[in-house]
Amino acid sequence: MIAIVDYGVGNLFSLTCSFRSLGAEVTVTGDPDVIRSAGKIVLPGVGAFGDAAELLRKSGLDQVVIEEANRGKPLLGICLGMQLLFDKSLEYGEHPGLGLIPGRVVSMEPVVPAGYKVPHIGWNALHFPKNKPVSPLFRHIREGDCVYFVHSYYATDCDADLIATAEYGPELTAAVARDNVMGTQFHPEKSGAVGLSILRAFCEMEDLT
Amino acid sequence: MITKRIIPCLDVKDGRVVKGVNFLGLSDVSSPVKLAKFYSDCGADELVFYDITASAEGRALFTDILTEVASTIFIPLTVGGGINTVDDFDRVLKCGADKVSVNSGAIRDPSLIAAAAQRYGDQCVVLSVDAKRVDGQFRVFAKGGREDTGLDAIEWIKKGVASGAGEIVLNSIDTDGVKKGFDLEMLSAVCDAVNVPVIASGGAGCIEDFVTLFETLPKVDAGLAASIFHFGEVQIPDLKKALADRGIIMRV
Repeated sequence: MIAIVDYGVGNLFSLTCSFRSLGAEVTVTGDPDVIRSAGKIVLPGVGAFGDAAELLRKSGLDQVVIEEANRGKPLLGICLGMQLLFDKSLEYGEHPGLGLIPGRVVSMEPVVPAGYKVPHIGWNALHFPKNKPVSPLFRHIREGDCVYFVHSYYATDCDADLIATAEYGPELTAAVARDNVMGTQFHPEKSGAVGLSILRAFCEMEDLT
Repeated sequence: MITKRIIPCLDVKDGRVVKGVNFLGLSDVSSPVKLAKFYSDCGADELVFYDITASAEGRALFTDILTEVASTIFIPLTVGGGINTVDDFDRVLKCGADKVSVNSGAIRDPSLIAAAAQRYGDQCVVLSVDAKRVDGQFRVFAKGGREDTGLDAIEWIKKGVASGAGEIVLNSIDTDGVKKGFDLEMLSAVCDAVNVPVIASGGAGCIEDFVTLFETLPKVDAGLAASIFHFGEVQIPDLKKALADRGIIMRV
């Protein structure tokens, strides 16, 4: 069973439906015991980093997610949920993240060329780093496949764990993985057949129960 | 590079797609769910649903349909029509919409844009504008293009973006339905005025009209159309291939 962590941020309808369309058993839950008993965890999120991190902390679910990830349970952060995996974000001040992946989250405004609109919204092609094997998360898709992005901040200083980038002026972090902890900046649940193939690869990873 | 987007628009009334739909191989041609699935499979980059019902029953039917679409189709969905309050945003977002388009509701109450952007983020708020040339000015029309508001379209759009609209749909009443191409002059004026994505609507009659749009105005992000897709005059896979062949970045 996959637990989608519900800590009061965002709309989980499409995410839940996309997993169900793959035949996966999913539960949207804020119950620590359900998250602990799940085989895999999905950490969603939209909105501002500081607010979301605060809600996650207040609910106490931050510690549950960290403990379960440290036990080796597959964890997938999506969009802001991916950003929360990092050490910290500089979105409206400085806010600590879960610290599961080294790196920080910063505004793309200073790095994207003039004429590029911020937020980065739309379909963009995934590029895989040349110096490492393709991540298991992408085993059903091909380099160059397009996925759907909506974000103004991006993760940086995370080269060691980078598994995909997308060109928006510079190459921006599109996905990361550190052992069992994975994250996508883009929305697989809004990325058509390619997105579903990525979620399917996550579903196929070995449960830790 | 971010791709240009092709967006079919479905007008829904009492649970059915209106504007004739004429597809071979689709048994229920006016079913929004089947049509949405068809377009998604064809490579549509996003879908827009306009609720053109006035009645409460029709509105409830619309949200049921939206829920069904969103639970089977996993591409971005924009919903418009009858959006007058933040509660209306809430109603359609809960059913799986990703973006909400405001038009007359924002003209009546311009604070709606800021209120919605603050709650759901700029990326969620689409300002849809019906505009027409009047006395040498691009003028905003309300109520489906029937009522001249007296507002200058460029000023209205700038104000909307400053309030938090994350995207603009510009529908030119002058070119709408004429099928002789998009309103490049009006679109160019809007693209120069704001730095958020601009979606062109109104006037597409053939593949070449989209090529001209993106080649002439590289700042335009997307092309939206309804009947030419519904009637099969332009097939989305052919359109996207033709655009890609001309060097325009597409998701193919």
